[in-house]
Amino acid sequence: MNKLKYISILFFFALQATAQNKKFTAAMEKNLHAMDTCKSIASYQQIANAFERVSNAEKKEWLAPYYTSLCNAFMASMSTGDKIDVYCDIADKYAATADSLSPKNSEICALKSLICSQRISVNPMLRGAKFGGKSAEWNTKSKELDPTNPRPYLLQAQGKFYTPAQFGGGKDKALPLIEEAVKKYESFKPASTIHPNWGKERAQYILDECQKK
Amino acid sequence: MKKHALTSAISLFILLVGAKAQTKISGRVLDVSKHPVVGANIFIKDSYDGATTPSDGTFTFTASDTGKAMLVASLITFEKLETPVVLAGKDIVLTLILKEAVNQLQTVVISAGTIEASDEKKVTILKPLDIVTTAGAQGDITGALKTLPGTQQVGESTGLFVRGGTGNETKTFIDGMVVANPYFSGLPDVAARGRFSPFLFKGTIFSTGGYSAQYGQAMSSALVLETQDLPDRSSASAALSSVGVGAGINKLSKDSTAALGGDLNYTNLGPYYNLVPQDVKWDVTPVFEGGSLFFRKKVDDTGMLKFYGYTNYSQLGLSRPNLDSTNGYQDHFVMTNHNYYTNLTYRDNLSGSWKYYLGASYSYNQDDLKPDNLQIVNTNELSQGKVLLTHSLGSLSLLRFGGEFQDNRDESDYSSPAYSYKYKIVDDYTAGILETDIFITPKIVARLGARYEYSSLQEKANMAPRTSVAFKTGKNSQISLAYGEFYERPETRYLLEKPSLNYERATHYIINYQIVQELRTFRIEAYYKQYQNLVTTLPTNLQFPADSLHNNGGGYAQGIDVFWRDKKTFHNWDYWISYSYLDTKRQYLNYPELAQPIFAAPHTASLVVKRFIPSLLINLGATYTYASGRPYYNPNNPVFLGDRTPDYNKLGFTASYVRKYGNAFSVFVIGVDNVLGTDNIYGYRYSTNGEVRAPVTATAARMFFVGIFLSFGIDRTQDVLNNN
Repeated sequence: MNKLKYISILFFFALQATAQNKKFTAAMEKNLHAMDTCKSIASYQQIANAFERVSNAEKKEWLAPYYTSLCNAFMASMSTGDKIDVYCDIADKYAATADSLSPKNSEICALKSLICSQRISVNPMLRGAKFGGKSAEWNTKSKELDPTNPRPYLLQAQGKFYTPAQFGGGKDKALPLIEEAVKKYESFKPASTIHPNWGKERAQYILDECQKK
Repeated sequence: MKKHALTSAISLFILLVGAKAQTKISGRVLDVSKHPVVGANIFIKDSYDGATTPSDGTFTFTASDTGKAMLVASLITFEKLETPVVLAGKDIVLTLILKEAVNQLQTVVISAGTIEASDEKKVTILKPLDIVTTAGAQGDITGALKTLPGTQQVGESTGLFVRGGTGNETKTFIDGMVVANPYFSGLPDVAARGRFSPFLFKGTIFSTGGYSAQYGQAMSSALVLETQDLPDRSSASAALSSVGVGAGINKLSKDSTAALGGDLNYTNLGPYYNLVPQDVKWDVTPVFEGGSLFFRKKVDDTGMLKFYGYTNYSQLGLSRPNLDSTNGYQDHFVMTNHNYYTNLTYRDNLSGSWKYYLGASYSYNQDDLKPDNLQIVNTNELSQGKVLLTHSLGSLSLLRFGGEFQDNRDESDYSSPAYSYKYKIVDDYTAGILETDIFITPKIVARLGARYEYSSLQEKANMAPRTSVAFKTGKNSQISLAYGEFYERPETRYLLEKPSLNYERATHYIINYQIVQELRTFRIEAYYKQYQNLVTTLPTNLQFPADSLHNNGGGYAQGIDVFWRDKKTFHNWDYWISYSYLDTKRQYLNYPELAQPIFAAPHTASLVVKRFIPSLLINLGATYTYASGRPYYNPNNPVFLGDRTPDYNKLGFTASYVRKYGNAFSVFVIGVDNVLGTDNIYGYRYSTNGEVRAPVTATAARMFFVGIFLSFGIDRTQDVLNNN
């Protein structure tokens, strides 16, 4: 009797959990789909808010805060001046939430590297050393945790690509790195439809630019 | 039992099915001034349902939950708003008003008299790097501050002359502790540089009046410097320039909680003077040898321990024609200086709302001056201890109190072939500080404070009230008022002769209006300052010199300071303009009457321009400074200080270029402090009979500087114009 009671309760909980899980995946997929077409800060803000709502409701899923953070990092890349820090502050907050739910995650390390590199743009002369170094550290960690993850390779190549030759950057230095990144993208398979899978087009664009003479 | 299980199953089912009932929620989000709020996230708490407001601030969405729920409206820079709603399938229409969050940008700050350079606070008038990159300043903090309003261009005396005050009326503080000798020891009529490199500091607060009760013994100005925290990574550095060499290391511990570092510097102007002719004869070419050591340790999450130790030895000497001599006799001056400074501070949180600060410092300075066949050795030792407790009252208001102790020992040995004498004084100085910052609203703040001081030497106490009020008049603008009493012990040379002299005293009244935006700043400040009890040396009592000294002087200073900085109008250009109007008269020292002092020019203006060329990674800078003529003493003029020097004009230039060689990040710098070689006359020296005079000028028309700074181990590869 008792067994039956527990089994039925478990069953209904499982049913609810599955429903919840489906609802979560569906919402994430919908948002990710919409994210693909984002071109402006306003459109990213919409998706960032949608991901934020999911993060607030699903307190155990790292992907929701991960994407909330990522959208804000992208918004930072489209901004200038103090606004960059405003978006990066939110991005850092949600990256920390994601990190607490899924520690030692290669994707979250790459995300933190991206946020650091955005912060440089506020004032390259003052911040280059600090955030450039931090960004590189997060990339190294990201690679250690998952050598198949192409994103730290992309971010590293991108950093070199935008660094003037006088500082040891430039197309020549970026080319071997971006080639490796593109190769990694070719063999990379995301764990699910909602796991991180961004940056392939960006990598191709940088490769094309580096090959231009 | 079965029934029970069934009930739970049914209730769960209802829960799941019940979620299908839908409620339409719509409305508008406005700010306090009824403007639509864009980008706000409007949602039902703990659900996915919600919407983002477009440019008209409207929203519409459907909530699938039922029952009591919380509607949340959130957007960064605004306070989160939670509104209870009942979801029952009936449409809900709402207008939500969001209040701007209280943050640094919107909160009023006490700004009367204060100019701050900081990286940590987002909106400040200057950034620490500005101090390094200001043309004409030659990397000297004082040089850069002289481009700000309220300061005088006094080329012949050391220090910052602020708002009708002398250089002695400005005190320098490092991490809250007073620095007894912040400048190198100079020679008569040659201004000396500041001892400390601007790279040491992460923040600078330059106060030209009305400052907090934390700072005492300064009648005109407080220069508050805060040292760097832990570095981001270990590094080594080297410097080679037209005036010397230097090397340093900064080692960060593996767990990034402690750093140990130091540097060694050797400056010798000999080779430079061989290349660039000087207008004076240097008997002893200036040589400076020194080093510093620092240790910084983060204790737990909130504690920070800092140690800084500095030592320097310098020697320089020059000769000038003796104006009373008819056969070309020269006056010789040789200065030898030994200086040590150490500073140990600790800051931590005590518990929730309490913070504390402990500080100790020791300074030692010995000046050995040899004018001709005389020898004067002045020794100063200062030991200091300080305790401050801060108790926060609510989110913004606070109460601060503490105490300070100083043991000041001065000794002066004078010897000539004919006779010698020695003066020695010891002063135990104690001070109590009580101050409170009360935020009536985030837009109105009042600071009430007082400083009590007692000197064992003078056997006198004083109580100095300090008050400021500031209120926001707009999003970026505010008005600030300040009043305060400021006491300072007389200069050591007079106290040595007559220890019973009273404190000198200044009273400040300041009104300030400022608009500070990210890329533009406008600031205007008017002040009135009254001086009392200034030391006078007249009438001269040759038999008993101490009897000539009295606190009979006084005077006033009033004026207007204007500052405008703009990084916006011209792309990649940054410029600032300062203008100071000063009307001041004082009777002090040997002034027989109230007169405009020799260090005060009625009009002073600076234009500082910086241009960054991203494609070449070159920074260019130029500084133009103008000051109207200053009074000088002419014994032939019956009007005391009735003559004026010609106007002062100076154009400084600097260029720096950054690049990476292998592992070394390098910066090349060239600079000239008076490009046009303008003959600036600071005053005149007269012979005893008044028939011969010589102008007081800089030791050379121009000072050139060429240098390369290398930094190893810091990977600045991404230090970059990551335009991404």
